[in-house]
Amino acid sequence: MTMLEVKNLHVSVGDREILKGLTLTVKPGEVAAIMGPNGTGKSTLSYVISGREGYEINEGEVLLDGENILDLEPHERAAKGVFLAFQYPVEIPGVGTMTFLKAAMNAQRRARGEEELATPDFMKCVKDASAKLGVSQEMLKRPLNSGFSGGEKKRMDILQMALLQPRLGILDETDSGLDIDALRVVSEGVNSLRAPDRAFLVITHYQRLLDYIKPDTVHVMAQGIIQRSGGPELALELEKHGYQDYLSEEAA
Amino acid sequence: MAQFAAAAGDAFAPMYEEMKLRGAAGLRTAAWETFAAKGLPNRRVESWHYTDLKAALARPAPLAIARGGVEVARAHDSIRLVVLDGAFRPELSDLAALPRGVTVQPLREALTQGTPGIMALLASDDVRTDDAALSLNTALMQDGVVLRIADGVTIERPIEIAGVLSSEEARSSFTRSLVVLGKGARATIVETAGDLTGVAAQDNQALIVRLAPGAMLDLFTHAAGQGETQTRVMSLVAHLDEGAALSAFSLIEGAGLLRRQMFVRIDGEHARLALQGATLARGRDHVDVTLVVDHAKPNGQSRERFRNILDGSSAGVFQGKTIVRPGAQKTDGVMQSKAVLLSDSATMNNKPELEIFADDVQCGHGATCGRLDKDQLFYLMARGVPRGEAEMLLIEGFANEAFEGFGNEALRSFISARVSHWMSGRAA
Repeated sequence: MTMLEVKNLHVSVGDREILKGLTLTVKPGEVAAIMGPNGTGKSTLSYVISGREGYEINEGEVLLDGENILDLEPHERAAKGVFLAFQYPVEIPGVGTMTFLKAAMNAQRRARGEEELATPDFMKCVKDASAKLGVSQEMLKRPLNSGFSGGEKKRMDILQMALLQPRLGILDETDSGLDIDALRVVSEGVNSLRAPDRAFLVITHYQRLLDYIKPDTVHVMAQGIIQRSGGPELALELEKHGYQDYLSEEAA
Repeated sequence: MAQFAAAAGDAFAPMYEEMKLRGAAGLRTAAWETFAAKGLPNRRVESWHYTDLKAALARPAPLAIARGGVEVARAHDSIRLVVLDGAFRPELSDLAALPRGVTVQPLREALTQGTPGIMALLASDDVRTDDAALSLNTALMQDGVVLRIADGVTIERPIEIAGVLSSEEARSSFTRSLVVLGKGARATIVETAGDLTGVAAQDNQALIVRLAPGAMLDLFTHAAGQGETQTRVMSLVAHLDEGAALSAFSLIEGAGLLRRQMFVRIDGEHARLALQGATLARGRDHVDVTLVVDHAKPNGQSRERFRNILDGSSAGVFQGKTIVRPGAQKTDGVMQSKAVLLSDSATMNNKPELEIFADDVQCGHGATCGRLDKDQLFYLMARGVPRGEAEMLLIEGFANEAFEGFGNEALRSFISARVSHWMSGRAA
């Protein structure tokens, strides 16, 4: 059984082809790390799965639980369980954090034909989840991500993941801009969400994050495709030798 | 040319002849002469470059007259003073609810009696500008309220001066109210301009604010006209003494042509000013926000923050001028205007200006104009919020930014509800 299946995905932006036939399979419960040099299309993959505009899909499919999601709008994919933790969460001044959280949770519930949360239940959910992630009441009162530090924004993103309980969590360079303490808090948040029916795609440039979020599988991405797949030991090997082998092979 | 200008004013001449008999003849005559010398401004007048008042008022409607049997619904919980069809109406107002330390006098009474402090204030340089709309308001002012709050008095509940037009036919109205806060007094005042019928009314409303040392005023101005064919000018003339603070917030719902103009003089040290507001316009609405902030004394602070939400073929204008006089050192001014265009045919004109004659000041301005932010939209949608709802959240959030710092929660909720209501009328 697979949860996420990316099949022969070709994607371009303008005239430039970024993904060149990428294939990847992730099972329920699996934490799959995607590692690779900068500019190789890792973030493109995360955006294409979550449905951001501006990418031309030339060929291939992205199946979530067997259903092709490429024709769905981002909010429809979210309701089916796709969650993207952004490399740089966006600041939205003027939109209250609580207003946003409630809108997101209830929109997903409506899309799945479930009842909207009553306000006291919603408040309790947020209170419990935010306490675990060290998200203060003061942060919740501010406009969404406005004036938050890098670490606060990442914690806010993971808080959203905890509240929305996705099927597939995509972490796009979650470690960027985080100090060690923030990295630990964020990683613990992710680890606490690991579950047999939930998968993660952990996109990172460095091995460091994988010391905190232990992957089941590691995939090396370069030149727009998965070059090699293996177990956790592959990450350690990359840390020693870098990505040079994959870049020169392609060049040769 | 002179003949042409006189002709432009001629249509108002019978109104002037009528109003001249209702007190303050000297003030009215001086203002009429200022107005009549040039007539209504066309677009060659720099301060009216983006708004053609001359075309809009080419055929002035007759003066509004008081009618009986009109009911005006309440918009929010305030102590309300109703100025209906150009006349203050005590019997429709909450005079009994006025707290101690607050006095209300009909403007028409102050003008006919020549109440000394009031006449001096109306004759001050702040009010006697050469602006055509304000001069016309002085020459033709029908009525309004004179609201005085005594030294040291704090008024918690907002006091609303509700300007309402009820006529089924197009009418002109020229109303003026005064808000005078004594030393250290504090209050929240709401100023409303609206109508019950949506006819092509011509409304010229002015508010004169005078803050004694240490006085603090929160002002919320709500332009709530209906229909698409109204012409409305709302002027604010404010004078801040030492350590006084004025926070003036405005919500403008477009209903034809609207000009919101603010002239603020900071005439005491350490005074603080915030001018903020949101404009909502669609269809063929034209909304012009023009302000002049004049720092005449040192250590003053001014903040201007405006948000424009423009749909359909509407047009927004922001003209902001900050003047720092010689000697007004340590002035700290930040002016910002942002617009979001929801359609291809909406337009926005931003014109910030600084005139600085002191050398130790910090003044800046910024203006932006664009579509809804795609990254913000994607962020919301990636969390499951459908496109329409995500756009609504962003637009409401954008409007909310204009009311940051406004502490009255009931009025904040009222503003949010108005923005949502406006959004719900957006063509799909």
